[in-house]
Amino acid sequence: MKVIVAAFISAFLFGVGLALAGMTLPGKVIGFLDLTGNWDPSLALVMVGAITVHAVSFRLIMKRPSPLFSPKFLVPTRRDIDAKLVVGSLIFGVGWGLGGFCPGPALVAFATGQPKVLYFVASMCAGVVFHRLYSKVITK
Amino acid sequence: MTLVSLSSEQLIMPLIGGGVIGVAVSLLLLLIGRVFGVSGILGGALFPVKGDTDWRLAAILGFLAAGLVMAQLMPATMAAETPSEIWVYCLAGLLVGFGTQLGSGCTSGHGVCGISRLSPRSIIATLCFMSSGIATVALVRALGGIP
Repeated sequence: MKVIVAAFISAFLFGVGLALAGMTLPGKVIGFLDLTGNWDPSLALVMVGAITVHAVSFRLIMKRPSPLFSPKFLVPTRRDIDAKLVVGSLIFGVGWGLGGFCPGPALVAFATGQPKVLYFVASMCAGVVFHRLYSKVITK
Repeated sequence: MTLVSLSSEQLIMPLIGGGVIGVAVSLLLLLIGRVFGVSGILGGALFPVKGDTDWRLAAILGFLAAGLVMAQLMPATMAAETPSEIWVYCLAGLLVGFGTQLGSGCTSGHGVCGISRLSPRSIIATLCFMSSGIATVALVRALGGIP
């Protein structure tokens, strides 16, 4: 139960941060990526704010033997660069540039009930399912 | 390239929002030891693994709740209309869903959490999705899709 409440509260706070930052406005996100046109660099400050806080807190938190409500930390340790990482990230960027939504802000904006957001989130879930089918075919 | 003019509020809000995001991902790490990657949470929620699903569903509910609250308190922050048509959002969603699963992360897992711990994979991933995002917007603009 503690784990569920912790996840809910963290995500709620994350969602509030995304909205305050302007990440839930697809037009603003596209403006941030519009280097060849009318560039709005302000969303770079979202990364600056988030990374400044977390770069410090991450190091402090990882000094603990374990998290408060779970037996151990599960932080990725891979360091290799493979084709999947590069190609997948490139594909994600194309979708991000087209729609102006990345996954978090899309889920937050889902609550507005705007048809465009609903179609985006439904398609995003379909994309996750396609990837699962694709990776099953590839590994056979 | 031209720069849009920005008020001080338009600069301060992204910084504050980013700080709040930094606190949120730190909270999840401190409390349950997980990296706050939204695409990973979504993937694990759609394809449940026993004993590792409840917190993911709770996180998705947390996002939806934040959206409901912010739409009431600060409606100007929520999903303003863009000129793109529905099919663009469908294509974009498919690419975001597929790409983030193949690339093991998105703006949160790679861009915030990964860069904060200087993960080489996340730094490369972030450079990739930033570059292809910029290239895509440039192409859309060249084709007349941005007014």
